Amino acid sequence: MKPLSDDTLRHLREIVELPDTAGTRYDVVEPIARGGMGVVFRARDRELDREVALKVLSVRDTGPDVRARMLTEARILARLEHPGIVPVHDVGVLADGRTYYAMKLIRGSRLDDYARAHPNLGERLRVFDRVCEAVAFAHSEGIVHRDLKPENVMVGAYGEVLVLDWGVAKLLRGEASGVADAGQAPDSSPTGAAHGAGVFVVARSTTGSGAVIGTPGYMAPEQARGESAQADPRSDVYALGAMLGFLTRDAGDRAALRRLRAIIDRATAEDPGSRYPNASSLADDVARFATGEAVSAYRERWPERARRVAARHRIAIGLVSAYLLMRVLLLLANRF
Amino acid sequence: MDHSRESPAFPSTRLSVISLARSPDPVIRRRAHTALVSTYWKPVYRYIRLRWNATPDDAEDLTQEFFAGAIELPTFERYDAARGRFRTYLRTCIDGFVANAHKAAGRQKRGGGVEHVPLDFTTAEGEIRELPIPSSQDPETLFRDEWVRHLFELAVEDTRTQCAGDDKTVHFSLFERYDLAPRDETSRLSYDDLARELGIPVTQVTNYLALARRRFRAALLERVREATGSDDEFRAEVRDLLGGAFGERENGPR
Repeated sequence: MKPLSDDTLRHLREIVELPDTAGTRYDVVEPIARGGMGVVFRARDRELDREVALKVLSVRDTGPDVRARMLTEARILARLEHPGIVPVHDVGVLADGRTYYAMKLIRGSRLDDYARAHPNLGERLRVFDRVCEAVAFAHSEGIVHRDLKPENVMVGAYGEVLVLDWGVAKLLRGEASGVADAGQAPDSSPTGAAHGAGVFVVARSTTGSGAVIGTPGYMAPEQARGESAQADPRSDVYALGAMLGFLTRDAGDRAALRRLRAIIDRATAEDPGSRYPNASSLADDVARFATGEAVSAYRERWPERARRVAARHRIAIGLVSAYLLMRVLLLLANRF
Repeated sequence: MDHSRESPAFPSTRLSVISLARSPDPVIRRRAHTALVSTYWKPVYRYIRLRWNATPDDAEDLTQEFFAGAIELPTFERYDAARGRFRTYLRTCIDGFVANAHKAAGRQKRGGGVEHVPLDFTTAEGEIRELPIPSSQDPETLFRDEWVRHLFELAVEDTRTQCAGDDKTVHFSLFERYDLAPRDETSRLSYDDLARELGIPVTQVTNYLALARRRFRAALLERVREATGSDDEFRAEVRDLLGGAFGERENGPR
C-alpha cells in the first residue's frame, strides 16, 4: 500500500466525521458549522424535498454523557415552539451509532457578523428585542439557556432572529416529562472543555457542582464560580446584558449612553438579586430607551429629563413653537 | 436495517493494549507488546529517521533495540496514564533512548544481542522517500503526525482484511479508488465514472462506499482505543486525530 499523503489523511478525517445517513431520509450536502458538541451539516430531506440542517454528534465528542445531552437539546428545542427558536423536525441515531437531529436550515448571519454589517443602533436594538422575546419564552417554559452570546444568535435573510445552541440549557422544572438538564446528562463523567468558533465554551460534569458552563465575557459570575446548577433566568439576563453591551459598544450620544450603560450595568450586576428579574423586564427597559422614555435602571436629573423629553417630542415642540412664532408675528404685524 | 451491530461508533469493549501490557499473565503481556510494536514501530522508525537524522540502517537498529529494551525494562508498564498521553510518553522514551545510544556509540555494534522482531523497514524507508519532508520540526508534532498516518494506514488495512473476509472486495475497491486516491481534482473519479467502470448503478456505488467507510471509521476508532491507556486519553486522541476535519466555520447554526 502506498503511504497516505497529507491530503488523503485530511480527506479520511472528513470521512470519519461524515454522518452515515444510510436508512434515514437525509442526504448530506456539506458541513456548515462546528459547535460545542457536534457538527452541523446542510442536508436534503428526500421525502419532503427540502433542505434541513442536520446536527450530528461529532466522532471526537464521544461518551454517553454527550449523546444524552444532544438528545436533551433536541427535546428542549422541540418543546420551545417559538418563532425565535429554531424548530426541530426529527431526532434519531445514525447507522454509525451517532445521535443526530434535523432542524430548520437557517440562511443568514451570526449576530456578531450581522452587527458589524449593521451599525444602526435602532436595528441592533430590534434584533436584541427579538432575542429577549425568545429567551423570555424559554424562561416561561422553565428553561434557562446558560450560553447566550452573539455567536449563538442568527439573523436570517428576512430579518428573523433565532437563538441557537441549547446544548447546555437547564430545565428549571418538568423533569417528569422526560426532558433532563442538558448540561447535566445522566451517567456523565467530567469531561474536558469543548470549543467552537474560537471561543472557549464549556466544561461539564454530572454533579453540577463545580461545573463551569458558559462563555467568558457572557457567563454570569455564579456560572463562572462553577455554580451553574444554581443558574436561573437572571443568569441569562446577565448574558443578555453583556450582549447588549457588545451591540451598543460604538453607539449613541453621551447622554443616551448613560441610560443605556445603566441598563447594561443593572443586567450584568454581580448580585443576581440586583439584576432584572427576567428577559422581559430587560427588554421592556430597552424598549423604553429606544422610544425615548425614562428607563427604570437610571434616575435622571431634571435637565437630563428635559433634554430627553425635548428630544422625544421634538416634532411636536417644533410645531407648537412654529405656531406660536407665527401668532407673535401676526400680532406684531397687526399692531404696526 | 441495523448497522449499529456491525460498526459501533464508539467501541468500548476492546481493552487498551497499554492496560494489557501490565497484565500479570506473561502470555497476555507478550501479546500486548506485539500489538504495541505493530501500532508504533513505523512512527518510531520514521521519527528516528526524520528527527534524529539517522541513516536507514541506524534507524532500523535503534527501532529494534528500542522495542526489545522496552519489553525487557519494562518501559510500557511504567507508563502512568495520569501523567499524560501514551504517545507523548513513548516519544520522550525514544528521545532518551536515542540520545543515550549516541553517547554510547562504539560501545558495541548496534543491534548486537537483540532479538529482532520481523518488521518491514524496506517499505517504511520507501514511504519516507515518497512523502514530502514534514513541515514541522517540533518533535511532538512530528511524532504525532507519523503516528496518525500509521494509525490510518492500519485502519485501511483492517478494512481491506474485513472486506476480503466477507466477500466485499468491490466495496473496498471503491473505497480505495475514491477515497484513497490522490486528491487532485483532475485525476479524481466521480461516482458516475465508478458506476460505469463497474457496471453498477450510481446508488450502489453510494451504498458500497458507505459500507466501506463505516467499516473504516470503526476500524480507526478501534485502533485508537487499542493504542490509548484510558477513556479520557481515547477521547482526547480522537479529538486530536480529527481536529482538522471541516475546520472551524464562522457561520451557520452551531
